[in-house]
Amino acid sequence: MDWLAILNNTAQGILSPATMAFALAALGLAMHFGFAGLLNFGIAGFMAIGAYGYAISILTFGFEWWQGVMVSLVASVVFSLILGIPTLRLRGDYLAIVTIAAAEILRLLFLTTAFDDITGSADGLSGYHNSFRGANPFPEADYGFGPWTYNSVELWVLVIGLITLAICAGVLLLLMKSPWGRVIKGIREDEDAVRALGKNVFAYKMQALIIGGIFGSLGGIVYALPSSINPGVYVTSLTFFVWTALLLGGAATIFGPVLGAVIFWVLQAFLSNVLPQLVSSGVLPFITSIQASTIRFILVGVGLMLLVIYRPQGILGDKKELTFVK
Amino acid sequence: MTPSRSQTGSKHWIQIGLLTTVLTLIFGGLFSTSALADEAGQDQPYKVVGNVKNEGLPLEGVRIVVSGGGYTEETVTDADGKWLIGVPEKAAYSVSLDQTTLPAGIAVIEEGGAEQSVEIGPSGSVTKNFFIGEGERIVVSITDQLIARIIYGLNFGLMLGLAAVGLSLVFGTTGLSNFAHAEMVTFGAVAAFFLGGILSMPIWIAIPVAVVISGLLGWGLDAGLWRPLRRRGLGLVQLMIVSIGLSLAGRYVFQFFVGGGTNQLPGFDSPKIKLFGATSLSVIDIASMVLSLVVIIGFAWWLMNTQTGKATRAISDNADLAAASGIDVDRVIRTVWIVAAGLAGLSGVLWAYFRPGIKWDMGAQILLLIFAAVTLGGLGTAFGALLGSLVVGVLVEVSSLVIPSDLKYVGALVVLIVILLVRPQGILGRKERIG
Repeated sequence: MDWLAILNNTAQGILSPATMAFALAALGLAMHFGFAGLLNFGIAGFMAIGAYGYAISILTFGFEWWQGVMVSLVASVVFSLILGIPTLRLRGDYLAIVTIAAAEILRLLFLTTAFDDITGSADGLSGYHNSFRGANPFPEADYGFGPWTYNSVELWVLVIGLITLAICAGVLLLLMKSPWGRVIKGIREDEDAVRALGKNVFAYKMQALIIGGIFGSLGGIVYALPSSINPGVYVTSLTFFVWTALLLGGAATIFGPVLGAVIFWVLQAFLSNVLPQLVSSGVLPFITSIQASTIRFILVGVGLMLLVIYRPQGILGDKKELTFVK
Repeated sequence: MTPSRSQTGSKHWIQIGLLTTVLTLIFGGLFSTSALADEAGQDQPYKVVGNVKNEGLPLEGVRIVVSGGGYTEETVTDADGKWLIGVPEKAAYSVSLDQTTLPAGIAVIEEGGAEQSVEIGPSGSVTKNFFIGEGERIVVSITDQLIARIIYGLNFGLMLGLAAVGLSLVFGTTGLSNFAHAEMVTFGAVAAFFLGGILSMPIWIAIPVAVVISGLLGWGLDAGLWRPLRRRGLGLVQLMIVSIGLSLAGRYVFQFFVGGGTNQLPGFDSPKIKLFGATSLSVIDIASMVLSLVVIIGFAWWLMNTQTGKATRAISDNADLAAASGIDVDRVIRTVWIVAAGLAGLSGVLWAYFRPGIKWDMGAQILLLIFAAVTLGGLGTAFGALLGSLVVGVLVEVSSLVIPSDLKYVGALVVLIVILLVRPQGILGRKERIG
């Protein structure tokens, strides 16, 4: 057992592009589900829109990286409108089924060989980094210490990711303290009461869906920044993993989603390192190391169930502000 | 046949090699991840790769030629249907598939035929997978194709229907949108695989036993999980997310036991019999349709005529009123779970033959189609779910006539969204349900 390597890899999980991407996506879900009570099960679709919108506008249209980000955000707003118009007037579980279906439609469209020239079909996309890396202000060197050692490109990705995360968390914090945020929480608690006060519930829900969707697609961009885009990532399991991170930290909180994402990835990094080693050192007999690495996903599922049953408000949540009202 | 260390050892190894090839051919994708693609021009900087499959089964020995810019290279697919050809420049190439090396009755069915152009992507490689299907090389009239597709679609729809009525009944009686229904579908197929494939039971015994075990799983899930949670007073959204956790845990438990590859049930490759026009069905297909029909009619009779069936419908209408009329709601819900899980298990076995193959996430692949069918028919109505399944099944198959076959599920999912726009209560649903 090489505990040093295990701890090293685990520590890297605290601050990685994947962690920040999950945190951003979970913030989007916090907006949707935690505050507005919208059951969005298509966050993987929003992340795919972010990633593909960014890469396609650079590769196919030759845009600069920041223009690519803009394209992604516009695309995610359009996606929110398409999703929201038919479903926001209906009961919550309809939105759940429609969002999960829409995310799957998107994934299949990105995966099909029909648009191979643009989407790269099963190969995904890569090689869209020149513009982003060209804007890197950090000179070539190694930064950081211990497990958190990064070259200048990795540092640039992390810095942009952290800034994005900080801005999004700040925006969400301010929004939720504003009168707009109180209406949104009111809709979550009792839609009819808010309607009786003369508020346009549909418009508020749509705005919440759009804002959360933007966070989700920013998460997708951050996920795509370090290396490449693989269509196999944006499956429904990704949505469920982000939900797990959200519910772990606390759905109706600002810092809960971030904390949940960090814990999720630290645990994933730890288990993916420790389980195969337990097999090879003979502690876990009768199973192969491939089987051992499957165990961590089983644990995610079991963890999600236990969390929802025994602590639905999450680590940071307040039981009084329980989001499972219906 | 044991390899010895004698001088004739190499001959033995060749025999073992042959045996492995034969085994691989027999078991299809069983070892699909282990072998490398058959390669040509590996020393070139860029590559064109692909995978020749017909309905998920790899085709070996298919000749592929890549040419362009004065460069030509060819190879044949390996046992996994994979091929790789290196090319010298980041440019456009033409890829052609020699249709005479395909098995009889199978051809490239995409627009542009067996010669397609590709361009090396930014990653330095490009994938070209030909759409391959049955009997299309001989030009078939569009009516014949349509009839064939409708029949395949009905087969698929009946299979979906078995799963969908259970999901709909559970929703009707408990209000739960059960995402783990997909894993109940997979469970039936995996159980049949363990009984028929590993314990070598005859398949006609293995399937009923697998269905019974699936029913027991439904009983166990209700007794061990759902009933205690109902007692705890969990909200519907909470229950739905619990079912998602269960679904995740379940599918990775299957992966733990059966691995990431595809396994086959005995008799999956039974020959197709040409019926009429472009329609050809295997014995398994016909048996599958007949079995689904019989089971569904039996289920409908149960729901309409037996006391439990009537009680089930009463609870779907109004659980409190049903309880007040002296119906034991918990007992009926327990029965509903057993029936739903048994039907889902049977549907899983049929889905394993339809795909063909058993895979750890096979249920999750059709979960959204099942949801689409249930929503289309009207959430909580058993016959609506059946009708919805037939529509979805036919739509999926017929749409593959006009759109690429890897997009055929998209049509059904788009219909799901459009239905919610136009008639959210579904075909047979009542308006009050949508709240």
